Amino acid sequence: MTVAEPHTTLRLNVNGISHTVEVPDRRLLSDVLRHDLGLTGTHVGCEHGVCGACTVRFDGAPVRSCLVFAASAQGHEITTVEGIGRDPEHPSDVQQAFIDCHGLQCGFCTPGFITTIDAFLDENPNPSEDEAREAVSGNLCRCTGYQNIVEP
Amino acid sequence: MKPSPFTMHRPTTLDEALELLRAYGAKGKVIAGGQSLVPVLNMRLAAPEHLIDITALTGLDGISVAEGSVEVGALVTHRRLERSPEARAAQPLLRAALGCVAHPAIRNRGTTVGSLAHADPNGEMPAILALTGGWVTARGDSGERRIGWEDFNVGPLETSLEPHELLTSATFPALAPGQRGGFKELTRRTGDYALAGVGMILTIENETMTGLRASFVSVTDMPVVVDLGEAVAGVPVAAADSAAPAVAAAVEACVDPVGDIHATADYRRRLAGVLAGRLLEELAQPPAGSAQPRDSLAPAEGAA
Ligand SMILES: Cc1cc2nc3c(=O)[nH]c(=O)nc-3n(C[C@H](O)[C@H](O)[C@H](O)COP(=O)(O)OP(=O)(O)OC[C@H]3O[C@@H](n4cnc5c(N)ncnc54)[C@H](O)[C@@H]3O)c2cc1C
Ligand code: FES
Ligand code: FES
Repeated sequence: MTVAEPHTTLRLNVNGISHTVEVPDRRLLSDVLRHDLGLTGTHVGCEHGVCGACTVRFDGAPVRSCLVFAASAQGHEITTVEGIGRDPEHPSDVQQAFIDCHGLQCGFCTPGFITTIDAFLDENPNPSEDEAREAVSGNLCRCTGYQNIVEP
Repeated sequence: MKPSPFTMHRPTTLDEALELLRAYGAKGKVIAGGQSLVPVLNMRLAAPEHLIDITALTGLDGISVAEGSVEVGALVTHRRLERSPEARAAQPLLRAALGCVAHPAIRNRGTTVGSLAHADPNGEMPAILALTGGWVTARGDSGERRIGWEDFNVGPLETSLEPHELLTSATFPALAPGQRGGFKELTRRTGDYALAGVGMILTIENETMTGLRASFVSVTDMPVVVDLGEAVAGVPVAAADSAAPAVAAAVEACVDPVGDIHATADYRRRLAGVLAGRLLEELAQPPAGSAQPRDSLAPAEGAA
């Protein structure tokens, strides 16, 4: 027996584009981005807020998309890693720095680092190393050992 | 994992929210920032049939500093409160403890009032509400009521809030003249829940310590405020270090931690004592530093 579960039509503003999706009420923002909008740059690791891979900018501030229901994101501006940099041939400065400084290996954590750092540098364009470490302390990376991420 | 199905409600007025709570409060949950609730739902530790999202309500996002206290609306995020210079000036314990709550990305979304409602004994803010002698304000069927911290916290993760009630704000009394406040905790990694944490208010008259009270994170099963005045009374501020061992011993005697995979009960108890002694010494430093935030110590050596 299947019982139809509650669905709602949502209007979401992602990377400056307004989208309309009809999704179950329980759908997480991370899943709407990936499954309904095809924006698979946002990665999902832990789904309880610890790893940081799913971080997006929510009205500018870095927020875990796995801990926000899509319904609660209505009326807010979401920026994913796809919305940072013009296109893959023209990455943003932060994205270019990751490439230049070997700031990634497998790349799983990278979208979360990019969104977090992008927001951080908007607020604090010339951070000290300690501030930079603190800013990315909520993002886990299993490959790089962090040194090359902090150095850019 | 994904949460089990529920119906989401998104009221835009307080009356509408209270109406929904009256209808669904017993089978549902309020969701504010979701930074505690969504992990619980994702792990299916709870399966409410209704969620009432309060983030579209207006008028609950104010921070007001007046009459010797800081009142924080239900939708004020940890991050906004942490960054309010007025709140920090009136009650430096807020900023000192908020800097230890999770990572910035969690603080950007999680609310301080939500963390009080969650009543986690490992959370910093319930301990700070207790230490400052604060209260919460709730709205429900019978109008508005103010609940003092002692009556609000009834157990780990448990409060006296009724299912039809919504918290609208929390109020943290300011420091009185002659008082200094500080907070210190130890975590395995920056942003983790504390292995042990201590908040303190020290009272000084004529360069002599006359009072000391403390509350704790992760080493008591719900917020308590302990009077440590006896250990410091009459000791000159300049000789605070001589009172630190007595303070540490008094703290170790009154906390009752539980051991887990991260630390044994004995280790946490010892940590609480050591942190309390160090915090007393810091608070006794010349007042130039008294309004400074006291952040967590560096992570323990060799931490995972
Ligand atoms: C990775 C991670 C690390 C964290 N580390 C820490 C930490 O070190 N220290 C710490 O203290 N916290 C930590 N947290 C929790 C965080 O502080 C939460 O933001 C906070 O506990 C809850 O606030 P919220 O607005 O997100 O509440 P929600 O998750 O929305 O709600 C929490 C509970 O409170 C209830 N509630 C919320 N608002 C109201 C209201 N206005 N009226 C009535 N009921 C209400 C909800 O029904 C729910 O039961 C962490 C969270 C994560 C994901
Ligand atoms: S998937 Fe969101 S923080 Fe790990
Ligand atoms: S590059 Fe592989 S997890 Fe960070």
